[in-house]
Amino acid sequence: MTLLLAAGLVLAPGCSRASSTGTEASPRVLVGAGATLPYPLYSKWAAEYARVDPTVRVNYQSIGSGAGIRQVEAGVVDFGATDEPMNDAQLARSSMKLVHVPTTVGAVVFAFNLPGQRELSLTPEVAAAVFLGAVQRWDDERLRALNPGRTLPSEPIIVVHRADGSGTSAALTTYLSRHDEKWNATVGAGTSPRFPVGVGAKGNEGVSAFVKSTPMSIGYVELVYAKQAGLSMAHVKNPAGRFVAPTLEALDSAARSVSASAATSNDRVVLLDSADENAYPIAALSYVVLPLDARDRGKAEALAKFLWWAVHDGQAFARELDYVVLPPPLVTRAERALRDLRAEGRVLLPAGG
Amino acid sequence: MRTELDAAYSGRTLAARAATAASCIAVAIALVPLLAILLYVAQRGLGALSWSFFTSLPKPVGEGGGGMANAIVGTLELVGLASLIGIPIGIAAGLFLAEYRTTLLARVGRFSADVLAGVPSIIVGIVVYAVVVVRMQRFSTLAGALALAVLMLPLVARTTDELARTVPDSLREAALALGASRWRIAIHVVLRTASPGIRAGCMLAVARVCGETAPLLFTAFNNRFWNESVLDPTSSLQVQIFTYTMSPYDDWHAQAWAAALVLVAIVVVLNLVARRVLRGPRAA
Amino acid sequence: MNEPAALTDPPTSSATHAPRSIGEPSHALVDRSLVAVGGGAACIVGLVLVAVAVVVLEMALPSLRELGFGFVTGRHWDPVHGDFGALPFLFGTLVTSLVALLLAVPVALGVALFLTDLGPPLLRRPVAALVELLAAVPGVVYGLWAAIVLAPLLRTTVEPALEAHLGFLPMFRGPKVGVGLLCASVVLAVMILPTIASMSREVLRAVPAELREGGLALGATRWDVVRRIVLPHAKSGIFGAILLGFGRAVGETMAVAMVVGSRADITGSLFSPGYTMASVIANEFAEATSTLHVAALAEIGLLLFGVTLAFNVTARLLVSRVRGPEAALARVARPREESA
Repeated sequence: MTLLLAAGLVLAPGCSRASSTGTEASPRVLVGAGATLPYPLYSKWAAEYARVDPTVRVNYQSIGSGAGIRQVEAGVVDFGATDEPMNDAQLARSSMKLVHVPTTVGAVVFAFNLPGQRELSLTPEVAAAVFLGAVQRWDDERLRALNPGRTLPSEPIIVVHRADGSGTSAALTTYLSRHDEKWNATVGAGTSPRFPVGVGAKGNEGVSAFVKSTPMSIGYVELVYAKQAGLSMAHVKNPAGRFVAPTLEALDSAARSVSASAATSNDRVVLLDSADENAYPIAALSYVVLPLDARDRGKAEALAKFLWWAVHDGQAFARELDYVVLPPPLVTRAERALRDLRAEGRVLLPAGG
Repeated sequence: MRTELDAAYSGRTLAARAATAASCIAVAIALVPLLAILLYVAQRGLGALSWSFFTSLPKPVGEGGGGMANAIVGTLELVGLASLIGIPIGIAAGLFLAEYRTTLLARVGRFSADVLAGVPSIIVGIVVYAVVVVRMQRFSTLAGALALAVLMLPLVARTTDELARTVPDSLREAALALGASRWRIAIHVVLRTASPGIRAGCMLAVARVCGETAPLLFTAFNNRFWNESVLDPTSSLQVQIFTYTMSPYDDWHAQAWAAALVLVAIVVVLNLVARRVLRGPRAA
Repeated sequence: MNEPAALTDPPTSSATHAPRSIGEPSHALVDRSLVAVGGGAACIVGLVLVAVAVVVLEMALPSLRELGFGFVTGRHWDPVHGDFGALPFLFGTLVTSLVALLLAVPVALGVALFLTDLGPPLLRRPVAALVELLAAVPGVVYGLWAAIVLAPLLRTTVEPALEAHLGFLPMFRGPKVGVGLLCASVVLAVMILPTIASMSREVLRAVPAELREGGLALGATRWDVVRRIVLPHAKSGIFGAILLGFGRAVGETMAVAMVVGSRADITGSLFSPGYTMASVIANEFAEATSTLHVAALAEIGLLLFGVTLAFNVTARLLVSRVRGPEAALARVARPREESA
């Protein structure tokens, strides 16, 4: 009896599968691996692009930026994805020439759990002090000075950070290093920093779940996660002196304040501390990484076309998933990068795109 | 004299009752986390179980109706292939370890199996990636199955070894006296007698690999669609649970818990099937 | 167990066997193929281990060369600054695995004995099925449940209670965040329980009925039979089960990574966050960009090999020192067997 039930469960989808492969031609599969931040957006793009071009299938899995890049270099995947673009030293060390194509913008927020208190203001210096363990209680005078009129309990702060390496950690630590000398000297910036205090949780979701279930805790997560989990997010002081909440509008301001020169230069684009007074200061650009000169022309062309669609038409799907649309200078930059791509020596994309 | 014996007897009876009580307490302690976990998984996952869960492919977040049909089939393929590779080799090795236990090869083999049992699943995944995936320049169901087989191997081998050793020598001697050769003894006497236990060991190994995610991330990868062959990356419940769990969306979380329920159900069904199909003689 | 020499020597010639029936394959040939197949399988196990070790060694070379022995004794793990020391992970792995064993082994043995000797016969089948169910739960689910349900429970109820009653011991003192070494140990204990219980149960079941019945006929209670006959007979099998359980605890990746607290520090408290070798590899491998970082993680993998090896060797040495099952059996079973 159970045997029949089990067999039925296995065969039923198998039957529909047989018919689906019978009716469509064998599509070309583009395999990508990398960061977790853009996973929901990329899987949405994969589904939408399958309607635009049914001969191409995009298969993206988030296993980590570093692994993704290594797998691009090993030729196992067609493209990688990272929030922490490779620096010159890493690019020089790489076994193949890699191109970074910007695709979307994310943000790092401070999520906290204070029963009865949904608003909190932080400056980068005080945030650094909290994560360094210098500020240990919620009613510390530095926090009270920033939050007049808000009730801060006399309890120890439980800090939670990322246990696994991540671009989110890289963005945060870069930001804190710029503002706080002590942070820069001790912890530094990178995907796997050594936090002096606090507990490590796995993944953005792990941090988010920890904050949600642990009163008196504070951690940093990607905007999408904090929003979806309904966590309280801190206002952060930007260079213009305003305390800005991490809303999509504030991030739009940050993205749009990228200067037009970014379109033509090759410098790393830094979305931290945008000049716009409405901008949220901790935004991060996410990239797709792929080989400059690919071996398989058919695949490389399909990939280039997909990415072209992604930075143009694909941006329409960003907002509903809590991602920020690429500003025009960065779209131009992406176009430039895509036009550089070649396979077997010849350029992939025609001049019109 | 009688009173001394009585006292001794009642002392032992008391000890016996205490031991029985202790074992009942142990069972209760063991069942508490089990029921807690199962209830929690059911509570969070039952709502997402539906016909479309079993028959449709994953959909991007925001679009309802996605399912894990490819993941279910993928898990069955991976575990099936891994068992096909790992179980026969494991049983053969285990029988050898038991029958020729004093030889150097058996001693080394037993030691290797114990050490291999301690290798973290992520390292197995990384090694199979380096050896198979990079050479083939692609992720594949085959690579995933190989990684799982490596995880199953020491468990099956050592359980078979221990259980084969419990078969009394009197049985072996009786068979020898009847003129049976070693292979006959190994298969017809030892294997048959120990088979319920060996089957339990195999099911333990299968249950284990049904729950392992890390080795599949770098080998079988994942796939939003069906895999066309064993040389393609494949979706699996293990990886989908991990991916959806690590995502920010409640809809995907619910699907992850539903997938966990399905995974447990698959293992239970496999267990039942194994019990029916591989019924051996009841152990002495 | 008794091992008459004839049984353990490889077969010599077929001359010693009784006349074969017509049509049967040559016994000697098939015997030799069996040895070859079995021996080959055992070789495969060994070769797989060697292959894994070699690949990990190759990946670890840069770190071995650059960091040397200081890697094992180093207490700092800082990938951003290229500073790698494995001691905190060694500590975490040993603590969590040993505490898990401490928690799981008595319970597992109790369950196994319930299923074979001490429990009411009607309850045995359902309980057995339920315990097997524990093995069916995926590691990720254990991790999630532990993070969402167990950790808060530990933080609010269990750890304060432990501190109140056992707080004179440093290991039960300290700030309580829920996740940490204790949480990881408990999850591991639950995960290795079915392995140890199932294998012990099979080994206990295989103790011949005559031995049990003999004891009962002599007026022994069930517990006497268990203590003096069954357990000594099954000692080596149970020991094997515990080794497998330890191996599983040391190697468990996902569930521990989610609740161990991921803090590379050595403290005296079980409540504090810690880190294990398997979980740091799981957490950092996918994102590691520098060659040294990857190599350091691979070296931790090598260290893990060393730990499992050392534990296996030590455990076997310890057991062979203590009187083995042979001696115990000699006191109980041999007279019965000889007269059979």
